[in-house]
Amino acid sequence: MSDQPTTAPVTAESIEQALLSFLEERTKTAVPPTQDLFASGLVSSMFAMELVVHLEQHYEVAIVGADLKLDNFRTVRQMTELVLRLRDASAAVGGA
Amino acid sequence: MSEKPATVKCLVWDLDNTLWQGTLLEDDQVTLPDAVRELIVTLDSRGILQSVSSKNDYDLAWAKLEALGLAEYFVLPQIGWGPKSNSVRTIAERLKFAHGTIAFIDDQPAERAEVTFHLPDVRCYPADQLLTLAELPEFSPETVTVDSRRRRQMYQAGFEREAEQAAFSGPDEDFLRSLKLEMSIERATGEQLSRVEELTLRTSQMNATGVHYSDATLRGLLADPGHEVLVTTMADRFGPHGAVGVMLLATGADVWHLKLLATSCRVVSFGAGAAILNWLIDEAAQAGAHLVADFRRTDRNRMMEIAYRFAGFTAEPCACVAGLAEPGAPDIERLHLVPERRDPHPTLQLTAPALAADHLAARA
Ligand SMILES: [Zn+2]
Repeated sequence: MSDQPTTAPVTAESIEQALLSFLEERTKTAVPPTQDLFASGLVSSMFAMELVVHLEQHYEVAIVGADLKLDNFRTVRQMTELVLRLRDASAAVGGA
Repeated sequence: MSEKPATVKCLVWDLDNTLWQGTLLEDDQVTLPDAVRELIVTLDSRGILQSVSSKNDYDLAWAKLEALGLAEYFVLPQIGWGPKSNSVRTIAERLKFAHGTIAFIDDQPAERAEVTFHLPDVRCYPADQLLTLAELPEFSPETVTVDSRRRRQMYQAGFEREAEQAAFSGPDEDFLRSLKLEMSIERATGEQLSRVEELTLRTSQMNATGVHYSDATLRGLLADPGHEVLVTTMADRFGPHGAVGVMLLATGADVWHLKLLATSCRVVSFGAGAAILNWLIDEAAQAGAHLVADFRRTDRNRMMEIAYRFAGFTAEPCACVAGLAEPGAPDIERLHLVPERRDPHPTLQLTAPALAADHLAARA
């Protein structure tokens, strides 16, 4: 799986699917979209940073300041919401 | 006339007629001069790593090094039939060392020329210079500490660890738990600060503040009742990691101010930064003090920002920040946290001073 920006249309479903396969590949475990990855020990603090960078590169968003908080990364669903919100915000100001 | 040359971090040895006298595949007997054995042991004690690049049969040559009692001194031996420049490049890559910190010794001018042609920054020495090597400034590091004497073992343990991680299938935390990580946070002594300084010289660090505190400044605060200078060391079942981090903390009654937190890149993947923060937050909660951390964004400390943010630090204002002296530079941010008790870190065994209890007692 590459970290190239995606060209397919980005929807909640596509982000969720891509994240689930990324996690499955990386942790060798299948995870439901609402599982708390930190509570279950699937994600170490190191891997958390890898996740931040993965989302930024794959979806061309910048995750900074107050958005960098654990609660935005606990589950696949929360990460999906974060990516959608950041993409909408950058589209709304006409940014690329 | 010229500056002291950069210290050699790894010396790569040829074997036939360089390390030993004779040609392994032709002669019945090769001999090892005592002076060569002494040189190998001396360089090892100075923290200079040693490797091998030899055109030889791997099994035979390695068995000979074992029989001579020298095999343990060499990391990443390259014994085979490829060009020596490839061996030296591979060694530098695996060690993550710049070519300018690698030296190569060989009795054959053609081999030295081949290495120089492809790797001009590698310093090459003829075998007849062997006996003077230990006297050369580039083989004489200025500081030699407990960690430099153990450097080779730390690297060897690192390679074993990498191999196990590559073979491990399962969640991150399970692997980390299998390492049986031990972290020890201690109040610094002069000797420990030397190890920290060596760490800052040799490895790039995750320096959260981007502000450098000199060895002298830190030494000056060792006895200051308003400051804690803390050094972190780590070990796991493969062996020691040595001194991996340093903290400078100003401990007021209402606010603890983390002025410096730096950890070695070598232990970032074990979550060392997060583990240190987890402990500090728990101690501050017991002391009833808010926590403020200085942070200056650089192009290489993003991980540290994420560690702070994921631990709960934010840029939201608090009255406690107003009472602190102005930051030393305009681009230093102050991240803030109202601490709550934390559970012990899930994947490592921690030993640390009772910071909160000590400060409450001092004030009683
Ligand atoms: Zn406060």
